[in-house]
Amino acid sequence: MNELMTVTLYLGVLVLAAWPLSRPLAALMSGTGLSKRGSSIDRVVLSLFGLKNAPGQTAPQWVTTLLTFSLLEILVLFLILGLDGVPWELSLNTAVSFVTNTNWQNYAGESTLSPFSQMVGLAVQNFLSAACGFAVLAALVRGLVCKESQDLGNFAVDVVRFTLYVLLPISVVYALFLVSQGVVQTWTTSVTVQTLAGTTQTLALGPVASQEAIKMLGTNGGGYFNANSAHPFENPTGLSNFVQMLSMFLIPAASVFAFGRVVRDRRQGISLAVVMTLLFVLAVGLAWWAESSVAGSATGNMEGKETRFGIFPSVLFSAITTSTSTGAVNAMHDSYTALGGLVPLALMHLGEVVFGGVGSGLYGMLLMVLLTVFVGGLLVGRTPEYLGKKIEPREMTLISIALLVTPVVTLLGTAAGVLWPDAVKSLNNPGPHGFTEILYAYTSAANNNGSAFGGLNGNTPFFNLTLAAAMFVGRFGVMIPVVLLAGSLAQKRSMATTSGTLPTHTVTFAVLLIFFLFLLAALNFIPAWSLGPVAEALGGAF
Amino acid sequence: MRDTLVQTFAKLHPREQLRNPVMFTVYLGAFLTTLLGFGEPTPFVWSVTLWLWATVLFSNFAEAVAEGRGKAQAAALRKTRSEVQAKRLASPDWEAPFTVVASTSLKQGDLVIVAASETIPADGEVVQGAASVDESAVTGESAPVVRESGGDRSSVTGGTRVLSDRLLIRISAAPGQGFLDRMIALVEGAQRQKTPNEIALTILLVTLTAIFLVVTVTLWPFSLFAVQQAGKGTPLGLVSLVALFVCLAPTTIGALLSAIGIAGMNRLSRVNVLATSGRAVEASGDVDTLLLDKTGTITYGNRMADRFVPLEGVKLADLAQAALNASWADRTPEGRSILPLALAVPGVKEPDLSGPHRVHEFTAQTRMSGLDLGSILYRKGAPSSMAVPEAVQKEADQAARLGATPLAVGVDGRILGLVILKDIIKEGIRDKFAQLRAMGIKTIMITGDNPLTAASIAAEAGVDDFIAEAKPEDKLALIRQLQAEGHLVAMTGDGTNDAPALAQADVAVAMNSGTQASKEAANMVDLDSNPTKLTEVVLVGKQLLVTRGALTTFSIANDVAKYFAILPAMFLALYPGLAVLNILHLATAESSILSAVIFNALIIPALIPLALRGVKAASQSAAALLRRNLLIYGLGGLVLPFVGIKLIDIVLTGHFW
Repeated sequence: MNELMTVTLYLGVLVLAAWPLSRPLAALMSGTGLSKRGSSIDRVVLSLFGLKNAPGQTAPQWVTTLLTFSLLEILVLFLILGLDGVPWELSLNTAVSFVTNTNWQNYAGESTLSPFSQMVGLAVQNFLSAACGFAVLAALVRGLVCKESQDLGNFAVDVVRFTLYVLLPISVVYALFLVSQGVVQTWTTSVTVQTLAGTTQTLALGPVASQEAIKMLGTNGGGYFNANSAHPFENPTGLSNFVQMLSMFLIPAASVFAFGRVVRDRRQGISLAVVMTLLFVLAVGLAWWAESSVAGSATGNMEGKETRFGIFPSVLFSAITTSTSTGAVNAMHDSYTALGGLVPLALMHLGEVVFGGVGSGLYGMLLMVLLTVFVGGLLVGRTPEYLGKKIEPREMTLISIALLVTPVVTLLGTAAGVLWPDAVKSLNNPGPHGFTEILYAYTSAANNNGSAFGGLNGNTPFFNLTLAAAMFVGRFGVMIPVVLLAGSLAQKRSMATTSGTLPTHTVTFAVLLIFFLFLLAALNFIPAWSLGPVAEALGGAF
Repeated sequence: MRDTLVQTFAKLHPREQLRNPVMFTVYLGAFLTTLLGFGEPTPFVWSVTLWLWATVLFSNFAEAVAEGRGKAQAAALRKTRSEVQAKRLASPDWEAPFTVVASTSLKQGDLVIVAASETIPADGEVVQGAASVDESAVTGESAPVVRESGGDRSSVTGGTRVLSDRLLIRISAAPGQGFLDRMIALVEGAQRQKTPNEIALTILLVTLTAIFLVVTVTLWPFSLFAVQQAGKGTPLGLVSLVALFVCLAPTTIGALLSAIGIAGMNRLSRVNVLATSGRAVEASGDVDTLLLDKTGTITYGNRMADRFVPLEGVKLADLAQAALNASWADRTPEGRSILPLALAVPGVKEPDLSGPHRVHEFTAQTRMSGLDLGSILYRKGAPSSMAVPEAVQKEADQAARLGATPLAVGVDGRILGLVILKDIIKEGIRDKFAQLRAMGIKTIMITGDNPLTAASIAAEAGVDDFIAEAKPEDKLALIRQLQAEGHLVAMTGDGTNDAPALAQADVAVAMNSGTQASKEAANMVDLDSNPTKLTEVVLVGKQLLVTRGALTTFSIANDVAKYFAILPAMFLALYPGLAVLNILHLATAESSILSAVIFNALIIPALIPLALRGVKAASQSAAALLRRNLLIYGLGGLVLPFVGIKLIDIVLTGHFW
């Protein structure tokens, strides 16, 4: 009962926080400044970045800017990490990881990196990668809204505005709140304390709170400490845990509502939010059932969980972190029961569309919506159209590529991982569980989640490089077709809505959408699930 | 039937197979297992191979059946276009000398003369003369039609027969290249090109196929890893993997996709509408606005007697009898329409013409017609041409304002009352419009009438909107405006002045009786020249898309059951615990895989009738249609294969395995 109340409270607070935020997000999404009053400030800010009167971009220009910018970021971050003496394969992996909003970490932050690298290198990317995701979403929404135009807005303007007007102010307040809860924020790198047992212990410190805020808000997930949000200096109290969970869903949920505002039909946003919520509650319920009802144990499965939090907050956290592309953890997913571990895996295999990452969650969901509209449109005897835009061969090609990339990268990566002769040496566990560890790694990388199942030592040249490749292709292999799709949609005229049009805000459509979401994830991954978590749960050979 | 079977095997040519990417992968899979069969000749491998080839052949068969039907229709249409002798003239003059040539040697622009009971050698335009023509060979309608030079009835079709009089015709297209010939070729499937929506769907199916290829290919290293970890068992066999892939790939829709497209064209030509492209058929499903001419589409071509208005003190029967007598000799359609109305009034009898009588035909000068029966003079005419009392004039003016035509009826100069003629709405048209409205299609009536008249007819017919006092160029402007608002517009037309609007409309149906210009501008031609048929065209278009959507949903939903059949069987040796997932309790690993493959193959011929007939696209809203089709093809697609695979497994284990 307590658990139900927690979820209800969580979702209630989420809606209360996300709804007001959706108004400024809608303004940014549609490409206008924040408000009439803010427009003079906006002009000053943009001219500071040399973006005064920046022209709108066509889809190809957009893609070029996005790629150039991202490759440049990877290069800069690669060099910064090199200054800390990080081996080049690990530097590359980490650089790609933070630029792609993945934040997969094959290193321990407190022992491998200096506070400078963490702040100037990683934290900056935490802001920019989230802003890039939002910018791509904005381009797609503009493509759906505007008529017979080529103008998708300006990439740089979107990144600057979203960073300065949304991410930065919230992060500042958020960081101060975290400090109040006991998250450390200091230039001192360590402190030596006398433990109760009478021995001395060196505790790592650093500018954690400032980084922790954007880590959660930007659905990044790369922790200052190796233990991530399980570490008491990153996530000290029940309240900080609650707020961290809230902050992961905040911008993605607000984006969904903002989408409804921009397309001038709030029902479109609300119905997507309802679908996402349903999937989320289902996932939490399954994981909670799997973790709490362990045969022969009154307490359930406590292995790998913080006693400060207990089972349910851990389960809830893990569902949120894999629904979004955050990947922060407050418990070890590797220690979950087989089916409990399947839940985060499956949430990523759904495409991280249950609210999802900043920007990426909604554009991922919209891709699924477009696919559903395509089949649903045929079912009602019309050339499929979404929000008045027809889905024709060119759109279908781009939607297909964008939806194809992630599962293909996941499966091929996992295949490479299991075929690599030395891979077994990186595994903690044999059998189906070992298979799940590799599957989870490539799933997390290809979906830009960044959470680690654990139990896999990824810091080998093979894993560093293949996972970096998976993260890169998983990010830009989706973003590029999405922007081109936006360009293609933008050029279309908008069809009028009649009672012959497939309505996309109804219960029937929601059912169809969920049906296709499950079907696609299941068809792609049922064989892999059977050999991993399912085989383990059903008591295979081990 | 023999031809269909020959085609089924002829389509095994790689060039044919490459046209259908989904089935091409099955084709390659079948080759692969055949090769493997020689290395490992077990009953299992050969059975799978056999059924994979069957899957490919079933797909070929579906296409061959659809094409066969098209060919039969095309042959019937082409029969009308056999070779005849033509009299070619040197100049457009009745008396000019002519040479007799074979119709096949005619060229565009040639002049021919066709006399009574001769066959028109090719499509053309009447330059001089008027004649009644029997077009039943093309339209199936036995009543002859009039074809004359000038105006909107100047177009003649090759293969039709002149019944009376003679025509001087300018050939508009060489035989075999005429408008209809091109359309017939399309019905036959010879020139079939994939339509935009078909291409988009193919892309989706290819994507799914690609994903499933990756899923099955990566399954081999996954199983190898599991074997290494367990230290026992063997990795998956290639035959099982091919079987899994073929079962997962969207073969059901892939195999039937082209048959659905061909069948759509055929359904259209069965209602005697020929389309210039499959694209036009597809677009007709999307239409959300219909522009309809009032005359001939919504109302009968001529006004008809609607009611009698007797003057005060005059009995209805007397007025009706007088009107009947006055109209007895009237040959105009309006006049003839008075007879049944009058005879329906009790007490009215046919006039006795055995005595002396005299007929007065209608003339423009008198604007009256009538009958002198003995010494009694029956007259009917425009109220202005007869001395009518003021009360009658008032009634007449009121009727005229509403668009009706009042005629005064008099006996020996005494006015008895009025007959009101008005536009009569065609039977059943109201229901048709209601159906269209339910489907989200708006109807707009175009008429030259004044707004008042237009409004009353619009209300009576149940159209959604009307344009009164419309000039031909207004149609074009209206279509452009509607399209700019995001509507897809369909219209019918037959006149040369309709051509620009027809060219602009998204779906344009020209009447076969119309001018050549209107036919060239349209993307469909109705051989029956029945403007109301637009609604059927829309339904055929919808049906085409719904059938594709239904079979796609069905095909994808099927995969769930196939996983439950195949995966436990595949991994049973490695992870015996997975036996729990064998919820169908299929007998053995091999029988489960084979059952799934057989189900996958058999579902194709089982669905051929549905693909050819088309899924019912009932006249209901999109939301209701979605619910219905989702339930049948989505849920049905999930459940049916569980039942089917189980049954096949029972048969296999009981009799063969």
